[in-house]
Amino acid sequence: MKLKPNEKLDIRHILDDLENYRPEKRGWTWRKAQPINLGGFEYKQASPSLDKFVPLQAANYLGGIDPQPDAVITAEIASGRFEDDIRRMRMAAYHGADHIMVIRTAGQSHFDGLLEGTPQGVGGIPITRKQLRAQRKALDYIEEEVGRPINYHSYVSGVAGPEIAVLFTEEGVNGAHQDPQYNILYRNINMIRSFVDAAESKKVMAYANIAQIDGAHNANATARDAWKVMPELLVQHAINSVFSEKTGIKPENICLSSVPPAAPPSPDLKLNLPYAVALREFFDKYKIRAQMNTKYMDSSTREATVTHVLNLMISRLTSADIQSTITPDEGRNVPWHIYNIEALDTTKQAMIGMDDLLSMVDIKNEGYIYDKKREIQERAILMMEEIIELGGYYEAVEAGMFVDSGEYPERNGDGISREINGGIGAGSVIRRDKDYMAPVTAHFGYNNVKQYGSEFVDNPAKLIDGCTFEKPEMIQFIDELDESDNVYLRLDESEKYRNSNLVKPEVEWLGDGVVTVDLFFPISRKVAKEAAIEAGKRMNLTDIEVIHSEVLHPSEGSRVQIKGRVNFDIDVSKLTIPRELDTLSEDEIFDYVKKHPIKVVAGTGGNDEHSVGIREVLDIKHGGVEKYGIKYTYLGTSVPIDKFVDAAIEMDADVIMMSTIISHDDVHYKNMRKLHDYAVEKGVRDKLILIAGGTQVTPEIAMKNKIDQGFGRGTTGRHIASFIVDKHKEMIRRAR
Amino acid sequence: MKERNDDFVNRRKHLKDLSDKELKDYFYQLADRLVDPLVKQGYESTSKSIERSILLRMGFSSIESKKIVDMLGEHDLLRKGAGHCVYRLAKEKKLDIRSSGIALGNGEYIEFIKEVLTK
Repeated sequence: MKLKPNEKLDIRHILDDLENYRPEKRGWTWRKAQPINLGGFEYKQASPSLDKFVPLQAANYLGGIDPQPDAVITAEIASGRFEDDIRRMRMAAYHGADHIMVIRTAGQSHFDGLLEGTPQGVGGIPITRKQLRAQRKALDYIEEEVGRPINYHSYVSGVAGPEIAVLFTEEGVNGAHQDPQYNILYRNINMIRSFVDAAESKKVMAYANIAQIDGAHNANATARDAWKVMPELLVQHAINSVFSEKTGIKPENICLSSVPPAAPPSPDLKLNLPYAVALREFFDKYKIRAQMNTKYMDSSTREATVTHVLNLMISRLTSADIQSTITPDEGRNVPWHIYNIEALDTTKQAMIGMDDLLSMVDIKNEGYIYDKKREIQERAILMMEEIIELGGYYEAVEAGMFVDSGEYPERNGDGISREINGGIGAGSVIRRDKDYMAPVTAHFGYNNVKQYGSEFVDNPAKLIDGCTFEKPEMIQFIDELDESDNVYLRLDESEKYRNSNLVKPEVEWLGDGVVTVDLFFPISRKVAKEAAIEAGKRMNLTDIEVIHSEVLHPSEGSRVQIKGRVNFDIDVSKLTIPRELDTLSEDEIFDYVKKHPIKVVAGTGGNDEHSVGIREVLDIKHGGVEKYGIKYTYLGTSVPIDKFVDAAIEMDADVIMMSTIISHDDVHYKNMRKLHDYAVEKGVRDKLILIAGGTQVTPEIAMKNKIDQGFGRGTTGRHIASFIVDKHKEMIRRAR
Repeated sequence: MKERNDDFVNRRKHLKDLSDKELKDYFYQLADRLVDPLVKQGYESTSKSIERSILLRMGFSSIESKKIVDMLGEHDLLRKGAGHCVYRLAKEKKLDIRSSGIALGNGEYIEFIKEVLTK
């Protein structure tokens, strides 16, 4: 299936014949980082443009360019319904995401085995073969559409890690979180089991060339004062990275998940930059996955965005191979469509805006930043020395050494302590016997294949004529297990919004009906919140909740954002859609006007003194037609109608632009007609392009009154210039 | 851990004169010492999840793998490798791999394979 920009992706087609779908490839893909030239600019830390994209808004003034940064950019998508997530993935890809991370449903890490089918999740999706395959299939289509490979990513953690790693390899998952320390510290899974399983998981991931992201960033999200945990972060990164390398993962596929731990109003860069330098210096053979700060996020999307831009500055001042994006609404709800896209745009905008920063500024190798960097590194080393003194990693965790709120060696006695023989899966590790054997590919550790013949030692799967890694047709596909909770039931429920003229506002699920209302009240915050809920009720919203509030002044005013549900559908077939104005590219207009000089006379017609609108579509300063080389003569305000035509004749102009406001007795319509009639009378109507504009003018009204085109609210100089060029071409054609 | 004040200045005495490169080398020496015992343990051990992951690779579904591993675990056979049991039974009884695994999951041939592998 080839996707077309103007057609929706058909979820039912994705689900069709899924049991026979095979992913197009395995393994991680980096961007082709290279300097590019685009729109007359040179970018150094960049990568080739996409075939299909939505550029930043300011690109309207810069030829529509969409320069792509060098780093892989992540979108974390997790609405709980994978079928809705697929639509969001496509939107994200258009905005520059090439790493789609799927968050798992709450509780999956404690599930002993694999889940199957398509049950709905909470705060993520249950990772099952069917959901993975459907999403990978959709991404295979989407990456072809946008013209860049998309990495698909999820989590190899919990008590079923090795099985998940195998599942990911079979289903073409390209990146995964894998860090046994995460299991131990935050999921209370037994530490011995976690490391034993991790060795197998990592070996499988290495085989599939899956990029690995570690879990160290969770320490700053958990510790009371996130920046004090910096020395420990280096230790956690070291444990997972070195363990990964020793179990087979190539250094270039080992990615350190690093978050700038602090956020304003703390002195962000002073705390975060030395840490970023310390980390990259010690771990220079690995990759950096730059995560954004979540620890200090609350309900303000603006405040979160600023913190994230500072994080992006750290990325540009140091390095980032994978740049994560955190949605600015993550502090208040499971991310919505619009905020995933905002986060991607923020990232693209900031990274391209700070392109090649280090060719202009240096990070000093002395003074505060050097001393601080070195101090963090030394503190990390001291911590490792003490871990060894205590008897090793397990003993140190049991002693509560990790995620203490003191900056090592200071200890506040509030670290996370886990018993060596406690937690989920305690006592479940089994020692392999001398004749232990596993006839499969990518199995870690002792494997006595030799007992069945030395020819199998290098390829144990040969004993069974190949395993699923070599022969994917051996994979057993399970469709649905739960008749009351699956994708087909959910699709049926929302079907009326899928193939009909009905639409409903949406934040995450098709037809969810959720809207936000942003309100200001000239009262205290406490009272304003209640007033906002009342306002929502009177707007007929249901399930109303305050999602954000801020004080502008304790008594003078407060801002409140509410969300609620609307209970109506809109039939789009009954809407009057204004005809969209065609625009030419800026270059096309420039080139045409260069070859065919065009002159305009303009003014406000009749008794109209409102000149702001017409100046905006004329002046170069406002992006008016002058910008494209069109010469204009401004006749002023309240210009008599005949004067427009006389002036045009006198100046040998090609175009008349008359601005008009709505007035009593339909004078503006009459003026349009009068302009046409007078031009006919003077014998110049064929040589003139007549344009009328104004806030109430529509193309229909203008053309009904014999004017060539009318332009209303929202018109730009480019719209008018495009029309002039097209019309001019037509007139030349006709004159021939 | 017991509370203690920041004694960085005293503790770091042996580090303070190391060059940046020496510091980094020492960091990785310590990392190796921390990690090596964990890798060795992984090399010598297995778990139900690892064994199920092997059966998945051998072409069993998640449900079948769970059943087989639970059955073999009850009979203390995981130390031989679940895939090993399935392979050996197939070889001894001239079954294909899938039939062998399904049979073991149903509790068939358990005593037989135990006999074969622990004799």
